[in-house]
Amino acid sequence: MVQPLTYFKESASQTAGPYVHIGCTPNFSGITGVYETDLGSGSMVNDKTRGERITIRGFVYDGAMTPLKDALIEIWQADADGFYNSPSETRGKADPNFLGWARQPGDMATGEFVFETIKPGRVPFRDGRLMAPHVTFWIVARGINLGLNTRMYFSDEEAANAEDPILSRIEHRVRVPTLIGKREGNTVTFNIYLQGENETIFFDI
Amino acid sequence: MKNIPPETSPFFPRDREWHPPAFTPGYKTSVLRSPQRALISLEGTKSEITGPVFGHNILGEFDNDLIVNYAKPGEMAIGERILVYGRVLDERGVGIPGALVEFWQANAGGRYRHKKETYLAPLDPNFGGCGRTITDENGGYFFKTIKPGPYPWPNGVNDWRPAHIHFSVFGHGFAQRLITQMYFEGDPMIWICPIVKTIPDENAIKGLIAALDMQNTIPHDMRAYKFDIILRGRRSTFFENRKEGN
Ligand SMILES: [Fe+2]
Repeated sequence: MVQPLTYFKESASQTAGPYVHIGCTPNFSGITGVYETDLGSGSMVNDKTRGERITIRGFVYDGAMTPLKDALIEIWQADADGFYNSPSETRGKADPNFLGWARQPGDMATGEFVFETIKPGRVPFRDGRLMAPHVTFWIVARGINLGLNTRMYFSDEEAANAEDPILSRIEHRVRVPTLIGKREGNTVTFNIYLQGENETIFFDI
Repeated sequence: MKNIPPETSPFFPRDREWHPPAFTPGYKTSVLRSPQRALISLEGTKSEITGPVFGHNILGEFDNDLIVNYAKPGEMAIGERILVYGRVLDERGVGIPGALVEFWQANAGGRYRHKKETYLAPLDPNFGGCGRTITDENGGYFFKTIKPGPYPWPNGVNDWRPAHIHFSVFGHGFAQRLITQMYFEGDPMIWICPIVKTIPDENAIKGLIAALDMQNTIPHDMRAYKFDIILRGRRSTFFENRKEGN
């Protein structure tokens, strides 16, 4: 016998189900009067937030190219200077006018999700090299057994993307564009494909 | 809240044999919604090990009381009154303070308050079905509710969900983000549910079954169920030898 390693196991995931809105965005689901507002809803930006205003929009498509109408998407990103608004951010203090986190349900009729945010700054990788600007996505829905993690990079950051430590080590180069949000003006379009030829790269983070 | 320095190390890798796989044809909706290519492993960078903090100021007085938080003044939701309590811990057994825990459920008849819900069981005019709380300095949390009913759902022609409460949990890092469901001790419906059965490991399922705890009942009011939630643990930082920014 040896000393036991007393670790617990993470609670097993279960699907968010079709009614995730009741718990996470009750006002959106029609349950009003319990919470004043839905957490993470509305614009992520106020008058004092530093950085370039952008709108991220897109759909989550299933394997039959049908947009999900019950998905819930959360994003997490750095501020304009590349700092996260988190106690585990030890390099500096993030913009107090930018939480960096938001939550949006896909539209019940069309499935489209929209985030009003700012373009994040660059954040160092573990070895100190700079990562290209990116937004972390977390996607849950009925039929998704464990939340999916991906990242959105920006099409107007070709040079930074080329030296990004994550993007540059992806073997199948043909899949890299699935991680690039397409910027036109201040709108960045980022569609997520759960399956198919253009299946989005998902990360085991 | 205790003033402990924030942790900055990456999380333990997720055990993908323990969680349900993406493709679980017994749960039909997963078939077209399951990525088919291998995930790309990404050891936690700042983007994964950091996460938002939610202050207690977001909480309303009755956010953790589903019996009254949607009810008309002086009225209450119908059903078996229960207290659900437990701790949010990480895999090291360390309590996670300040964790936002959100929960939602059907009413006592198994009916959700949702536009797309079609089950014939009636709505309870005094039951909304959502609540939330933030863990205390030891990771503890509790809420009051009514026991949800089981309900049929469109999968097979005769598939039923066991009584369950959905949970959404934030830890301290975005990589800890988790959604799961709590089941009730002794419910025979658990073991025949296609969604429960997406979990391959019987012990992982048992970890989602709350225990009836007669020591923590509120006498003449409600019974208690204990449900601990485990989030990913962080690696130890024996050697801070990596260059990280500055
Ligand atoms: Fe449910």
